[in-house]
Amino acid sequence: MRIGVVTFPGTLDDRDALRAIRLAGGQPVALWHAEGDLLDVEAVVLPGGFSYGDYLRAGAISRFAPVMERVVDAANGGMPVLGICNGFQILCETHLLPGAMIKNAHRAFICRDQPLRIENNRTAWTTDYEAGQVIRIPLKNQDGQYVADERTLAELEAERRVVFRYAEGATHGPEGFEVNPNGSRNDIAGITNAYGNVVGLMPHPEHAVEAGFGPDEPGQGTRTGTDGLGIFTSVLRSLVA
Amino acid sequence: MPRVVVHVMPKPEILDPQGKAVAAALPRLGFEGIGSVRQGKRFELEVDGEVTDEVLASLREAASTLLSNPVIEDVVAIDVEDSGSLERALDAGAEEQA
Repeated sequence: MRIGVVTFPGTLDDRDALRAIRLAGGQPVALWHAEGDLLDVEAVVLPGGFSYGDYLRAGAISRFAPVMERVVDAANGGMPVLGICNGFQILCETHLLPGAMIKNAHRAFICRDQPLRIENNRTAWTTDYEAGQVIRIPLKNQDGQYVADERTLAELEAERRVVFRYAEGATHGPEGFEVNPNGSRNDIAGITNAYGNVVGLMPHPEHAVEAGFGPDEPGQGTRTGTDGLGIFTSVLRSLVA
Repeated sequence: MPRVVVHVMPKPEILDPQGKAVAAALPRLGFEGIGSVRQGKRFELEVDGEVTDEVLASLREAASTLLSNPVIEDVVAIDVEDSGSLERALDAGAEEQA
């Protein structure tokens, strides 16, 4: 099962995303921003980082990369697409997902292990989780505050398109941001499109896929967390189904 | 060469963390009496040839599609500067009042 990971100038987490796909049992395929060819992949991950230095707005320039034209076409045709962090920002700028990301409300970069509640386990990327399950994966960003107008938020809630919501239990954070790390509307950490094939989230599942290199799991030891792996096994399962 | 200047601001209902940071820094430097700050962007576009209505229309579109993100930002004004004279081609504030 070939899953592509796009590298833009300024992308940081492409290697970890490729590794996560391999550990989940898929065949990782590196895609380059300047190539208009998806190399026969069956799903695409837009990884985290600071593509084009976040110039203009995070994700605003990446949206016009040649590879993105193919990704948008494929996504509209039903291909599973996952945007993580900067990848989520790109999906919003591309209008594959509604809303936008602005600077964190406390104005600082934040990095911590973040509990998330799975609100929708019927997307292409979340079927291996239980609905309501709380997972713990790393979060690290500066422009992570999800905003959208009231009508869009109401629509997302009514159509159950909020996939991940920030939950209690983070180890640290600025006062007032113990649960919601950045001021995101409705504690939204990730959303999906109407068909459930396109998903974007701010925290990083690809950093929590191998014991010894993941987040600390309270009561189980340091760096033992592998809660992010389910994202990548989910898409492999949904491609077979 | 005529220059078109596009002014973009965060929408009023969107919290502007950068503006807040500037507002907090001002009194630390002794600049008192400033209630709040909002920070926007100014784009200067050098245009080849004359700024016709057509050119202006396409620049308006560029302003609302690439230079700003309508979810979080407004294009508040577009100015045309031609050999020293300045003409406001779009004034969002004036339009709202009209």
